[in-house]
Amino acid sequence: MGTLRLYGRYAAASIKGQMQYPASFVLLSIGQFLTTIVEFIGIWALFGRFQSLGDWSLGQVALFYGTVNISFALADMISRGFDVFGPQFVKSGDFDRLLLRPRATALQLLGYELRLTRLGRFLQGTLVVGIAMGLLDQSWGLREIALLLFAIAGGVALFLGLVVLQATLAFWTVESLEVANTLTYGGVTAAQYPMEIYSEWLQEFFTFVVPLSCVAYFPIVGILGINDPLGAPAWFLYVSPLFGFVFLGISLMTWRLGERHYTSTGS
Amino acid sequence: MSVTLVRPYLAIFAARFLMMLQYRAAALAGIATQFWFGAIMIMALSAFYASGRGSASITLAEAITYTWLGQAFLGLLPWNVDPEIAVMMRTGNVAYERLRPVDTYFYWFARAMAWRAAATLVRSMPLLIMTSAVFELAGLGDWSLRPPPSFEALALFVLSMVAVVLLSSAITTLLNISVVWTISGQGINVITNSLVIILSGMVIPLPLFPDWAQRALFVQPFAGLVDIPNRIYFANLSGGEALAGIALQIAWTLALMALGHLLMTHTMRRIQVQGG
Repeated sequence: MGTLRLYGRYAAASIKGQMQYPASFVLLSIGQFLTTIVEFIGIWALFGRFQSLGDWSLGQVALFYGTVNISFALADMISRGFDVFGPQFVKSGDFDRLLLRPRATALQLLGYELRLTRLGRFLQGTLVVGIAMGLLDQSWGLREIALLLFAIAGGVALFLGLVVLQATLAFWTVESLEVANTLTYGGVTAAQYPMEIYSEWLQEFFTFVVPLSCVAYFPIVGILGINDPLGAPAWFLYVSPLFGFVFLGISLMTWRLGERHYTSTGS
Repeated sequence: MSVTLVRPYLAIFAARFLMMLQYRAAALAGIATQFWFGAIMIMALSAFYASGRGSASITLAEAITYTWLGQAFLGLLPWNVDPEIAVMMRTGNVAYERLRPVDTYFYWFARAMAWRAAATLVRSMPLLIMTSAVFELAGLGDWSLRPPPSFEALALFVLSMVAVVLLSSAITTLLNISVVWTISGQGINVITNSLVIILSGMVIPLPLFPDWAQRALFVQPFAGLVDIPNRIYFANLSGGEALAGIALQIAWTLALMALGHLLMTHTMRRIQVQGG
């Protein structure tokens, strides 16, 4: 069976499972929507009081905010297996079973669960992108839409890479390290605002270490068609989302390394 | 109430409190997360204030102090159901609660208080020291948690924080009682979670919301969790206003405790225990 078809089977089984509890699914999705939309209400209130954030308008910030939320929601939806990897697979020794199957472990973990409740955050992000499109005086042609989708795809790859790295650590620490949440959830919060407002060390961190600005800030500056206040050349704005995929590639290589290091907890 | 009457509740509080102190690794992760979120919020607020348009009733320095205090005492927020009580409901062990020779409401209230207070005690101190003294020494004075302007403000702040613990425990206990009807507690978590974080002042300081909303924001119960004590700290609320704020906190606490006690008596009389 082809890899994609196998993943399709995994996903279908997971969706079927979650739909056994429709009320729970609806409630948790609404919860995701509400707890994330309050952040945007906060930003909206700040714009109401201060009118602008430096030279950035509410519409522009809404585009940063919505895009990164869509990316994270999609990555969070598919990465559950890696997210619970420490306690669910390493600590219990269940990872042995995954190793016995003739498929890549990363694929099996991706198929562990497709968390549909993340649709709540996804819808919130889509709504905010919609608000941005309404507020911005901007034409949406092929160039803009393609760059937006490229940014979202790169963002999914980047966030997935972060969760894979977090899971890789569990090969050594057994427990999952919650500190990694500062990079995933904290990264989302940071990328909701234009990178320009942060201190230089943080901008550099989010460009060269965890290339979050490459999947949110730079491509969106490209969409807006303005001169990047950080001074990135115009061509870079169009290729920057690639670094999200590079990051995922490096994460998967580290994962293989960890896998080789794995010794079962036994029992 | 005489000492013998209170003693069992104190024992419950002490036992749970000591247990919660065991989770040091989780606390460390929590501190790192809160530090990070606080830093991002502060950079965003600085950029907004620097835009130079619009005016706010609190200064940037005050908004920064507000943010750090909020992050330091995050553990006190009543944003979820006690997972142990949810398990108790699912397994049917809640039946034992009926057998204990204590008032179930105050028993749960003491549990909630220990749960919130212990989680906060471990996390708040490192964050407070870091953001005040260490920041100052590291040359990050602009970003630091400033000391309160007067001894009076500090004393009123401490008083107000005691009220926060009581108010938060009253809300938590109400949430816990609701689990008796809904079993899972998920639905309740969903709604209170978002209400608490935005209406308490955790998303942005409440004084930065539009002026027309200020009066309503001040009197709603969640302001007493973050906004009122924090504004008392930097004397944005002082004298009569500060006392009015604390009175509001206490009034909401008493009202929610009365409601909780009533609901508890009512539900425990007709509780359905899960078997198995």
